[in-house]
Amino acid sequence: MTLYAFYFLSFLAVMGALMVVFSRNPVTSVIFLVMTFFTIACHYMLLNAQFLAAVHVIVYAGAIMVLFLYVIMLLNLNEAVEKQKTLLLKVAAIVTGGLFMIVLSAALRTAETSYIDTSVVGSARNLGKVLLNEYLLPFEAVSLLLLAAMTGAIMLARSRKRIKPAPNVVGMTHEREQTKTVVHEQ
Amino acid sequence: MNSSLMQNGLALEHYVVLSMALFAAGVLGVLFRRNALIIFMCIELMLNAVNLLMVAFATFHGDMAGQVFVFFIMAVAAAEVAVGLAILTVLYNKLKTTDIDILNKLKW
Repeated sequence: MTLYAFYFLSFLAVMGALMVVFSRNPVTSVIFLVMTFFTIACHYMLLNAQFLAAVHVIVYAGAIMVLFLYVIMLLNLNEAVEKQKTLLLKVAAIVTGGLFMIVLSAALRTAETSYIDTSVVGSARNLGKVLLNEYLLPFEAVSLLLLAAMTGAIMLARSRKRIKPAPNVVGMTHEREQTKTVVHEQ
Repeated sequence: MNSSLMQNGLALEHYVVLSMALFAAGVLGVLFRRNALIIFMCIELMLNAVNLLMVAFATFHGDMAGQVFVFFIMAVAAAEVAVGLAILTVLYNKLKTTDIDILNKLKW
C-alpha cells in the first residue's frame, strides 16, 4: 500500500515538474509547480515528517507560489511574449538533464541504508527540541537573513522614478535631452 | 513507521532516484527556458528535490538534524524568492522584458 502510494505520488511529482518546464504559459507552470509541491508534502507525510509537510504547504504553496502568481500577473506575461530557445539548445538541454539524472542516481543509489531508527517522528515537539537546543544559533541567523531579505526586497521594489513629473518638467527634460544629442552630434 | 516502510519494500534508493529526477527536471528547466521567472521556479524545484532527499535520509537514519536543515533551506529559499522577484520586477520596469538572453549584461 505504501509502495503504491509512493509510486503514484512520484509519478505526479515528476510529471508536474516536467510540465513546469514544458508548458508555454507561466500561469500553467505555476499551477503545476503547486501540484508538485503538494505531492512533495505528501511524500513528507509518508516519511513521517508531519510538521515539515504542514510547513512546506504553508510556505511554498501558500506564500511563495502566490508571490510568483502576483509577479506574473503584474508583469503581464503570457505565451505570446516569451521567445523560445533554438531547437539545438533545447535538444542539448534535454540530453544534459537526462544524463545528469542518470549520473547522479548511479552515484547515490548505493548510499548505505543499514542504520534504521524507528523512534523518529517529525512532530512539532521533536523538531522544536532539536531546533531550539542544538541549532539555536543558526535559527537566530536565519531570522537575521529573513530580515535582511525583507529589507532588501522593500528597498528594491520601492521605486522613486515611477512618480510622474509635472508636464513642464517633462518638457524641460525633453529639451535637455535634445540639447545633449545636439552636443553629441557636434 | 520506518519498519513498515521497509516492509513495504520502500527503500532509500527509491527516494534517491525520485529526488534526482526532480533535480534533473529543475536543471532541465534552467537550461531549456528563457523566461527568468520560470528559471526561478526551476530553482525552487531543485531546492525541493534536495529537501526531499534530506528528509528521506533523516527518516531512514533516525536523525532529526536533517529535518532541521530542511527548515533552514526553506527559510533561505523564501529569502531568495523575495529578493529575486523584487530584482526581476525592477528589471522589468526598466527593460520591459524578463528574457535572460536580453538580461545578460552581467554575463561576461
